[in-house]
Amino acid sequence: MSDATYVVSDGHTVDHMDEHPPTSTGISNEKLGMWVFLASECLLFGGLISTFVLYRNKVLPSAPGETAEHLHDAFDIAFTSTSSFVLLMSSLSMVLAVSAAQRGDMRILRSWLAVTALLGTVFIAGQFYEFYEFSAIEGFGFTHSPAWSAFYTLTGFHGAHVTIGIVILLVTLGLTFRGRVGQHNAEAVEIVGLYWHFVDVVWIVVFTIVYLIK
Amino acid sequence: MTTNDGALALGSGGALTAPPMGVFARAGQTKGWRSWITSVDHKRVGIMYGAASLFFFVIGGLEAYLIRLQLAQPEGKLLSADLYNQVFTMHGTTMIFLVVMPIGAAFMNYLIPLQIGARDVAFPRMNALSFWVFLAGGIVLNSSWFLGGGADGGWFNYAPNNGVVFSPSHGIDFWNMGLLLTGISSLVGAVNLITTCLNLRAPGMTLMKMPVFTWMSLVTQFLLLFAIPVLTAAQVLLMFDRLFGARFFDVSAGGDPLLWEHLFWIFGHPEVYIMILPAFGLISEIIPTFARKPIFGYPFMVFSGIAIGFMGWGVWAHHMFASGIGPISVAAFSVATMFIAVPTGVKILNWLATMWGGKLRFTAPMMYSIGLITMFTIGGLSGVTHAIAPADTQQTDTYYIVAHFHYVLFGGALFGFVGGWYFWWPKVFGYKLSELHGKINFWVLFVGFNLTFGPMHILGLQGMPRRTYTYRDGYGFNFWNMVSTIGATLIGLSFLYFFWIIFHSYRAHKKAGVAVGPDPWDARSLEWSLQSPTPAHNFDYTPTIEVFDDFWHRKYGEDEDGRLVPVATGAEIAQPGNGEGVHLPSPSYWPIVLASGMPFLAYGLIFNLLLVIPGVLLIVGAMIGWILEPSTDPNADHGHDDEPSGPNDTSDVAVEPAANDEGDAVADEANAPEEVAAR
Repeated sequence: MSDATYVVSDGHTVDHMDEHPPTSTGISNEKLGMWVFLASECLLFGGLISTFVLYRNKVLPSAPGETAEHLHDAFDIAFTSTSSFVLLMSSLSMVLAVSAAQRGDMRILRSWLAVTALLGTVFIAGQFYEFYEFSAIEGFGFTHSPAWSAFYTLTGFHGAHVTIGIVILLVTLGLTFRGRVGQHNAEAVEIVGLYWHFVDVVWIVVFTIVYLIK
Repeated sequence: MTTNDGALALGSGGALTAPPMGVFARAGQTKGWRSWITSVDHKRVGIMYGAASLFFFVIGGLEAYLIRLQLAQPEGKLLSADLYNQVFTMHGTTMIFLVVMPIGAAFMNYLIPLQIGARDVAFPRMNALSFWVFLAGGIVLNSSWFLGGGADGGWFNYAPNNGVVFSPSHGIDFWNMGLLLTGISSLVGAVNLITTCLNLRAPGMTLMKMPVFTWMSLVTQFLLLFAIPVLTAAQVLLMFDRLFGARFFDVSAGGDPLLWEHLFWIFGHPEVYIMILPAFGLISEIIPTFARKPIFGYPFMVFSGIAIGFMGWGVWAHHMFASGIGPISVAAFSVATMFIAVPTGVKILNWLATMWGGKLRFTAPMMYSIGLITMFTIGGLSGVTHAIAPADTQQTDTYYIVAHFHYVLFGGALFGFVGGWYFWWPKVFGYKLSELHGKINFWVLFVGFNLTFGPMHILGLQGMPRRTYTYRDGYGFNFWNMVSTIGATLIGLSFLYFFWIIFHSYRAHKKAGVAVGPDPWDARSLEWSLQSPTPAHNFDYTPTIEVFDDFWHRKYGEDEDGRLVPVATGAEIAQPGNGEGVHLPSPSYWPIVLASGMPFLAYGLIFNLLLVIPGVLLIVGAMIGWILEPSTDPNADHGHDDEPSGPNDTSDVAVEPAANDEGDAVADEANAPEEVAAR
């Protein structure tokens, strides 16, 4: 049997990994699985984004006799831009975490994982504030009109993805203390990073379509 | 280190010590029900998929028979209009999501790793999860019968008819929740099987040497990967509408019912190919075996499958010709629909060319395969008549449509599956189904099928509407409806007969006591190079593939005139089934625990949000257990000479790379050859 298929089990032969791709494609199962999963997520967001685009102008007056307000009249672009910037910066800290994991610098790895989770949390807090502002203060709730239903569903789905990402980051952070995540499997951090970057990229699209295009 | 397990024992059969995670002892059973609910073996998952879908098939079949009994005579009194709506909706939904799709999944789970020379799938525990979530979804969907009635909007549940105003019972909520769960199951399965096909191929098994069944499965899984999330998006909108008062399909607020139709059919049309491509793959294995010729035009078979996969995304609106989408859309989708018949036609011609000039053996699986070709061709031709939009507006919502899709799904997919059962039964269970009874069974089913669905063409063209609970006397519908009901009775009998054949063949096998050999059909692909039933560890050593149909070419050479010369029998060159030194992914409780949280979420959303709490606790707890549990038990016998840890040494928990938790299937393949002498 040739060395080409000589593969890792339980980390015994990790050293050989670079020279001998363990799989038919040379990409590990976990990484390929994540890419495949993210491809599927594109269609999920695709469906929700299409729904929003179709319904963005389907607004109703808040009370009988008033004119219907467009979504953009409620948006605070400066505020959302700031929270978007925070989320995009978390991609940078994620990259630095992956780099630290590959170098085996556990202290830096933990720091950047924590920073990434924190930046994500700030973004989610901003979204909570925004939802509260729209629904409780301005009176545009989830059930107000098709446009608002579509707005909350699309941005809420994205927010749920960010929240799941934060949980994954925190679990990864916890596993570094047990020695289960580190240089020997820096790829685990990289795969978490793939998910995180994907969620950020989706936000660029969502932010542009929902907030920036009038 | 010694292995203390036989060929059928799973790798973790060693001594159990303290549970590594403190909750469950590591599952170690190899027999009994516990070994099944904790199994991560792709073969057992496949068998469970098959058994569960047969169970749902009985339910869906009874629903179908209720429909036929109601329609046997004019002014039928068996079902009320309301109950009839529920029965036909649940029949369609059950047959599509809980029968045809999971039977395909059963074959794919069982066969893909064997056909590409792998130890298991890429993510064995996710494979088990996929099955349990599917089962949970099926149970949630069908529990609606006991909790206020089933969904009543037809399997595609058009808006706004699917709203609370028009369908106030919880039926559609159950439909929504059940299918969201089966959707999760399909998505998990797709990620898993795509990774398996791409990553776990044996040395030399290039993509263009993969068996056609594996290829069609890969295309199917890509279709699932991209189609399911669109349905999920649509169902989430509907769920928010029905349960939380969103306004997506509220026409009075400006909601657009066409949005539902588009989203549903963007999923729904690829879904058609998701159901038929696995069956196409199955008969592409069966026909070359019994024609004793390689599949004709292998690259064309592969690329026509891929072409169907791509073009399947561009024809969805032909389901909506009657909904007013405008002449340009209608024309475009009309042309695209005619065009997609081309790759399908390529396949049919290639099967015929495979049989042409072959030494045909008309075994039971071969007869079902030919049944598929003929019946699917009829269904395909009536399908092309729908592509012509003016004709389609006449046919829409009549029995002509019902006839068409039963010819492609029952005459197509299900005939292929039954043929597949006859063909792979010896590989899976170690005994052949009776050939004689199998052939009789074929003719009973064939006649019953055509009697049931053939007359529906006529009824439809005469204008009998589908989804209407009765018809009046004097419209000329009486005779053909009675014929159809008689045919349905024959179909029912033929499946009772099929179940009897299983039982009868098993008893005959027990009495004779002769094990079926590894290669009873003189077949072509890798799974036949293993003992029957397949040993738990699949391959003793990883095969090296040189040509397409490698196993066949090891059995037959050619003389100078190009005639086939047998050089060895399958039994002589089959792997002996010695699992020594192989280690397998260990069984796990977490997949079923995780899946058991899902129905709580579903019922919680429908009835009381408090129920969501135990559901979330179960799911999150199972996920944490899952992450912390190495996919291969550190206490299990690894069979490595260089294994540093003793049976009670858990030190390698700490170094178990989390990212590699699921990767052991790959690892096993490489480890095995060290242990077993090369061929």
